[in-house]
Amino acid sequence: MANFRTSRRNLLKGAGAGIVALGTPHIFTRNAWANQFCNDPGSGKIVFGFNVPQTGTYAEEGLEQLKGYELAIKHINGEGDGGLLKTMKPLALKGNGVLGRKVDYVTGDTQTNTDAARDGARRMIERDGAIMVTGCVTTGEAVAQQSLCQEMGVIYMSGLTHGNDTTGKDKRRYGFRHFFNGYQSGVAIAPILAAEYGKERRAYHLTADYNWGWTQEESIKNATEALGWETVAAVRTPLGLGDYSQYLTPVLNSGADLLILNHYGHDMVNSLPQAVQFGLRERQANGKNFEIVVPMFSELMAVGAGDAVKGIIGTQNWNWQLDDEGSKTFTKSYGEAYGAPPSQSAHTGYVQAILYADAVERAGTFYPPEVIKALEGFEFDGMGNGQTLYRDTDHQCFKEVLVVRGNESPSSRFDVLNVIGKTPREEVIYDPSIFGGELGPYEPNQC
Amino acid sequence: MNAFLSQLLNGLDKGGAYALIALGLTLVFGTLGVVNFAHGALFMLGCFCAVTFRYLITLETVTLDPEKLSPWGQPVEVRTPLVQNWFGDFGAVLVDYSVPISILLAIPAMLVIGIAMERGIVKHFYKRSHAEQILVTFGLAIVLQEIVKAFFGANPIPQPIPSDLRGAADIGAWFGMAPHLLTYPWWRLIYLLFSGLVIGGVFAFLQFTTFGMVVRAGMADRETVGLMGIDIDRRFTIVFGLAAVVAGVAGVMYTPLLAPNYHLGMDFLVLSFVVVVVGGMGSLPGAVAAGFLLGILQSFASMTEVKSLIPGIDQVIIYLVAVVILLVRPRGLMGRRGIMEN
Amino acid sequence: MFSLSRKDLLALAIFTVVVLTMPVWLAPFGAAYPGLMQKFAIYAIFAIGFNILFGLTGYLSFGHAAFIGVGSYTTVWSFKLLTMDILPAMVLAVVVTGVFALVIGYFSLRRTGIYFSILTLAFAQMSYSLAYSVLTPITNGETGLLLARDDPRYLDALLGAQANVAGLPQPTLLGSSVAGYAGFYLCAVILILTFFLSQKVFASPFGMALRGIKSNQTRMNYTGFNTKPYMLAAFVISGMIAGLAGGLLSITDPLAGAERMRWTESGNVVLMTILGGVGTLFGPVIGAWLIKYFENIFSAINTNMLNTAFSFLPDGVQSFVVTVLSKFVGEGWHLTLGLMFVLIVVFLPGGLVEGFHRFMARLKRRSAAPERVSSVQPAE
Repeated sequence: MANFRTSRRNLLKGAGAGIVALGTPHIFTRNAWANQFCNDPGSGKIVFGFNVPQTGTYAEEGLEQLKGYELAIKHINGEGDGGLLKTMKPLALKGNGVLGRKVDYVTGDTQTNTDAARDGARRMIERDGAIMVTGCVTTGEAVAQQSLCQEMGVIYMSGLTHGNDTTGKDKRRYGFRHFFNGYQSGVAIAPILAAEYGKERRAYHLTADYNWGWTQEESIKNATEALGWETVAAVRTPLGLGDYSQYLTPVLNSGADLLILNHYGHDMVNSLPQAVQFGLRERQANGKNFEIVVPMFSELMAVGAGDAVKGIIGTQNWNWQLDDEGSKTFTKSYGEAYGAPPSQSAHTGYVQAILYADAVERAGTFYPPEVIKALEGFEFDGMGNGQTLYRDTDHQCFKEVLVVRGNESPSSRFDVLNVIGKTPREEVIYDPSIFGGELGPYEPNQC
Repeated sequence: MNAFLSQLLNGLDKGGAYALIALGLTLVFGTLGVVNFAHGALFMLGCFCAVTFRYLITLETVTLDPEKLSPWGQPVEVRTPLVQNWFGDFGAVLVDYSVPISILLAIPAMLVIGIAMERGIVKHFYKRSHAEQILVTFGLAIVLQEIVKAFFGANPIPQPIPSDLRGAADIGAWFGMAPHLLTYPWWRLIYLLFSGLVIGGVFAFLQFTTFGMVVRAGMADRETVGLMGIDIDRRFTIVFGLAAVVAGVAGVMYTPLLAPNYHLGMDFLVLSFVVVVVGGMGSLPGAVAAGFLLGILQSFASMTEVKSLIPGIDQVIIYLVAVVILLVRPRGLMGRRGIMEN
Repeated sequence: MFSLSRKDLLALAIFTVVVLTMPVWLAPFGAAYPGLMQKFAIYAIFAIGFNILFGLTGYLSFGHAAFIGVGSYTTVWSFKLLTMDILPAMVLAVVVTGVFALVIGYFSLRRTGIYFSILTLAFAQMSYSLAYSVLTPITNGETGLLLARDDPRYLDALLGAQANVAGLPQPTLLGSSVAGYAGFYLCAVILILTFFLSQKVFASPFGMALRGIKSNQTRMNYTGFNTKPYMLAAFVISGMIAGLAGGLLSITDPLAGAERMRWTESGNVVLMTILGGVGTLFGPVIGAWLIKYFENIFSAINTNMLNTAFSFLPDGVQSFVVTVLSKFVGEGWHLTLGLMFVLIVVFLPGGLVEGFHRFMARLKRRSAAPERVSSVQPAE
């Protein structure tokens, strides 16, 4: 009942403030007056919106994520083997849908484009009545969708987004991220790099020239310089270049003995093999073997880079080869459904959908401010990443970060990456104020 | 000094690739006058000839071992490669050299695709407006892309360099410089050589054969050649096929440098148009010169020294050069008067 | 000045009705929600503007997306720095884009044909690359330019009109919100005005001069007609309309991303115009609607929905139908789009509108033919 009162008071306040909310021809929108909040399912269908790239260069990553979401829906509705509902602790979901009702879903194609992503999210919210929107493979898509969802008063659970901005400068009250970020990658990879490559290294950065690349470069630079490494140069490369030769040749005689590729997706798929072709890994510099590091990995990127990825160190959010109960359960459940082990993209999507559903169950209502409060500061375990905290101050998940290495002799295209270390959660926690930004209000703005 | 030299090498290497990729387009676009937005797709299909060939020779028999289960709960697959089983060492060599060998597959395959495209669709559009040519070839490109996506998925599929050709050549040492000062990957040198050969071959074909002479005559004045009783249409079909082959082999040899994915063609489409137009419409030498010019300037623009003078120059260099050249020279480097000017 | 021929008046009336009743007739197609209808209206405006250049003069600009981008960024900056009211934002968007178009047009129009196209493409691609990277302080690069609560908004502050909502301020038109349906009607009215403008241009002596340039620029020049200012005017008008469309994109959804300026977006408007019919009044609008419809509705159909839709079929048939159809929707919507391009251009030369006219003419001829025969018969 408390929710009802709060929201009605706000409605009145809004009406009093001016014609803002009521002046618009709301007669056209469905259930205009019954709505206490955007897309209140009332007694209608409960719809989740899955918005991922299905065309364009990141289609594969997006389709993997979509499979994760579809599996999550099955498990929430009590179909299939229940997946992580068996291992998640604490768990409020009962395997009979959310609040006792079955969940439905709609899908969209973001084309890895911020405009298309927002169009898709608006369709889900305005036409399909989605109560929650989720999915993305880039930080651009994540930020675009979560700022839209904030304005519409619909919760957005981001998918694969690694830039610091999503829960930093551009964080939103209605946006939540399970995936790790560039800062955590830097902190997590540093001790392993020190152990593998020593504390006296001269690093050369090649960085994709846009927001994500810059934040990643900064994070890794800070973390490695704290180790005592020296940064020889940090060179920016245009996005989607294809041929990186003109940036790779200067590395050869720069005096650096380690190359850090702050590239993601196809940038990395092209730059890493080309760097290997230039003979970087057979070189000696400063009396050491020349090494290459790719701070952020995904399985599909590793497959795309082929042999070049062997022995390369990077970080991951999750890997199906982990041997905790949650990871094993999810891998089995996903494998039985689709015939292949899940990627981290599928995992983060799956977990996000479950976490939202569980938060609704705990809040006892779909009313977003209550669901947000249920997610904020939520501690859980058994989802494959160990003990995890959804921090209330920036909506970032804190959990172990995996350090992985390209498998020297993979037995199939599924085990191209091996887990070589886990950096505990305490070490990757940071002060949220370093990135600025503000979450904004709980109360939905409008629909 | 060696920084300068290695950037020059990069430029030549890039230039060779650009020229080769644009060569097929300039045949179709600059000479037949068809605005071929499917050219990128032809390049992409070439790449996938290599992928297909490698796929075929690495075919495996898969038997399921129901005794053992993988961690994701499926029976473990036991794979035995077929070709290596049949041919032993020779099979292994075949697999190792799959990229260069797949040129043998790409030539007939691309020829058939090119001729089919021309006979099936493009032929009917010679006299239609450029706008309609754009729409039909773009539609065609999308359809081809989607077919490839349906078979191979959207993720890049890496193609390895043959093991003998991996690593870098110590070019500096050839010229008496200290070792390791100027090295360059063998495969890139091979690509440069290869593009030189193909470009030279196409030139020779058009310059020194009767067929080439007729085609050149047809480009200059299609009607008159037709009136002389020469079946110029059939020759144009073959030119289109040739363009497809050139785009295709350019793609095959490029696969080790750039793991092919179904979307690759679109990335190269704009670039090849820029190269052709900067070179000048209707001029093969122009396109080649433009390819090398853009490649070399792009390499030099990415040097840190240059970037610190003009931030972001490496982002726009290709387009900046295109603008400057087109404003200084009305028809690009060597364009002929009256082609695609209205 | 506002007079139109009877035929044009009728067309305008029909167009007005069609646009304003969108929420009704789009409903059965699953497209009657404000988000998409706003996009329908905005991209129709964009395509109409593009058609004024391409349709009348035959100059194919491959860089029009740059103008949409500039319009979008200007609008968001106006929201951030001046006021949340959309009027100054729209005016600024049009003016700034006009200046931008003037510069690009001045250089690009020195060349004709494909050389012109590549020049415009180059300018637009440079804008895109720089906006994505080096110009990030102005454009916010990858994540797009967003509003923030603590933006200065000097004009609002001066007038004491700071909205005191809890979240981000919303764009308003003289104090009333332009979200949802209000936003659609705003775009719809501007679309109708743009359509009217394009009718006026098509029928004006200015439009005749542009057509003259299309059919033979050299001859126009020989008759002592200076075509340069006419071309430049057409280019700038077209650019300003694109800027207005960009401004509306930011008004209905205050985020401006660099991807809006990529060549694929420029290519999109070219395709929209050609698909509908170059140089026709309705063509570009229909083309824009069709492409946006595929992009938004076809891409959202998944196997789940297909299964429900065909659940009346027997099991085996159902799964077969769903498997086949699923290749053309959802992740396969590009395939449908590509096939549609090919089929339309093969079977309806000149685009949808032109093809429709030819089809009607053929029908008329066929029904007219027997009459002629019968009128000849008595003379025998």
